[in-house]
Amino acid sequence: MTAVETPPATVRDKRAAVRVPRRRRVSARTETALGFSAWRGPAGMVSRIFVYGLLVFVFAGPLLALLSSSFSHVTDPSKLTLIPTDFTLDNFRRAIDRDVLGYLLNSFIVVGGGLLLQVFVSVSASYALARKKFPFLRLIFLLILSTMMLPEEILAIPLSIVLADVNLIGSLLGMIIPVGAWGFSILVMTEFMKEIPAELEEAARIDGAGDLRIFWSIVLPLCRPALGVIGIFGFTMIWDQYMLPLLVATDSHQFTLPLALRGLRSDEEVGLGVVIAASLLALLPSVLAFLAMQRQFMRGLTSGAVKG
Amino acid sequence: MSARRATNRPITLRTAAHRFPRAANLLTALLFLAPALIIFALFKFLPMGRAMTMSLQEVNYYLGNRWVGLQNYTEVVTDERFGQAIRNTLLLAVGATLGSILLGLLLALLLEGQARHLWLIRTAVFLPTVAAMAVVAEVWRILYYPTADGAVNSVLGWIGLGPSQFTNSEDTSLLSVMAVGIWRGAPYDMMIFLAGLAGVDRTLYEAAEADGARTWRRLWHVTFPALRPVFVILVTLACIRGLRVFTEVYLMTNGGPNGSTETVMTLIFKRGLEQHELGIAAAGSMILLAATVALTLAVQAARARRSKEVTA
Repeated sequence: MTAVETPPATVRDKRAAVRVPRRRRVSARTETALGFSAWRGPAGMVSRIFVYGLLVFVFAGPLLALLSSSFSHVTDPSKLTLIPTDFTLDNFRRAIDRDVLGYLLNSFIVVGGGLLLQVFVSVSASYALARKKFPFLRLIFLLILSTMMLPEEILAIPLSIVLADVNLIGSLLGMIIPVGAWGFSILVMTEFMKEIPAELEEAARIDGAGDLRIFWSIVLPLCRPALGVIGIFGFTMIWDQYMLPLLVATDSHQFTLPLALRGLRSDEEVGLGVVIAASLLALLPSVLAFLAMQRQFMRGLTSGAVKG
Repeated sequence: MSARRATNRPITLRTAAHRFPRAANLLTALLFLAPALIIFALFKFLPMGRAMTMSLQEVNYYLGNRWVGLQNYTEVVTDERFGQAIRNTLLLAVGATLGSILLGLLLALLLEGQARHLWLIRTAVFLPTVAAMAVVAEVWRILYYPTADGAVNSVLGWIGLGPSQFTNSEDTSLLSVMAVGIWRGAPYDMMIFLAGLAGVDRTLYEAAEADGARTWRRLWHVTFPALRPVFVILVTLACIRGLRVFTEVYLMTNGGPNGSTETVMTLIFKRGLEQHELGIAAAGSMILLAATVALTLAVQAARARRSKEVTA
């Protein structure tokens, strides 16, 4: 199996040998479409520093300001600060007084439960879609794809009625079960499972292994890279949920952290401090998860987008 | 093994599976699909069905529902507030889509490359996309503080602009919400464009360089044509997402001031959950759903036709 991933030394040597006599590059300018990063000389250097600095300031600046402001005294409602001043933990202390840790715990329960369910459901459905041939296969696949056109937002009103009918209003389960099946994740997993060579499965079947056995000990271990992709995507997707918790929560004990931010906007003692500290806590898990699994995230981004 | 001996055996699940392999196969497939199908049926298709029936009814908890035909639809279509919401939603969807794509393309062109510092800058620029929308909305509410010493107004002041009222004024509120959408959407588009750029054949650049083509001609004749499929995908995805815009509007302006940022979704939410006019809300949802489906199918059809032209 390792032979498939890393070609034997001789093959690699041959490839390297092919690469050497290739025509020498005309210039570094042809490495990228614009050639901006290869612009030589002091003018190029200065423009690069200016442009890169500007981009980081515009896109990361507001989030960095959240980080430094949450450790500063921010009584003035007009200001976030990029440079921490007057270090304090008061914002977090007040935020904890206002039960931010409880909201954070709810968020972790929802994202943990939702993600476990979502991965299980996706892997199980993908096994049938990718490895089995049965009547109506295409129809079921299209049905699952079509759910991507039915987001919680558009269905909000009837969804809230259905949630009430099955008794999920006012319970964290109501935020977990509906996100348990996600078309995108099933699609990514199915595409990946189709690539697993059929010989492995046939060999196991001849040895008398049933579907469950093949699924568990052959297909699933080979899917580890795709599990990373659907894991990180599922995490950010569930963390970003707003409409569903808004429909389900009946009082603040069931609020997830993103949902609770609205109610923390101002505080008589530390002003904006509470909402800034709480926003930081709501920001960090998704950012850290992304940073930890950046490679898988990028793979999912391109595969999902290319397939439409 | 003869058929006769097989029939003499007691029938167990395993022997049944051997005797009816196709039925067994279908049954296994359905068992593996069951969790997904049950959840989708309950939380996607059942609500869609409910939306359809509710949109034709006057919904009342106590007196029972009454069939009213297309009355809800005519009310939605003729209602002035819905008209404004539809205009706002279209403006917001088109503006945020185009803005994100243009800015995302610019970002991709500027930040393309193998160097480690470029990778770091790309990661920093990408962060808005992974932040939860609720966080983004709270941060921008603070940044948009409408006095001269508010954060964005201070920056505008450095280049001699502002101060602006941003979300507090009817004239600028929609643009302000749109800007936040672009801020969060452009880095996403950047990453997709970067994947597209990586696939462009480098020998074409070398050929253009050898022919003495200037950079912008190379972009126009080599790079952009190669990115065309990426454009199509991004426009579809963004328009579909744009039509259902809710969270950022709900949190930043809740449709105000004076309806200037009211979108179809915020209005449906108000009519449905706050005023309990469920029939009207369902009719609005159905129209939004129809627009989403029509748009998706149209882009898919255009894509299929184009690929046919290429092969023909």
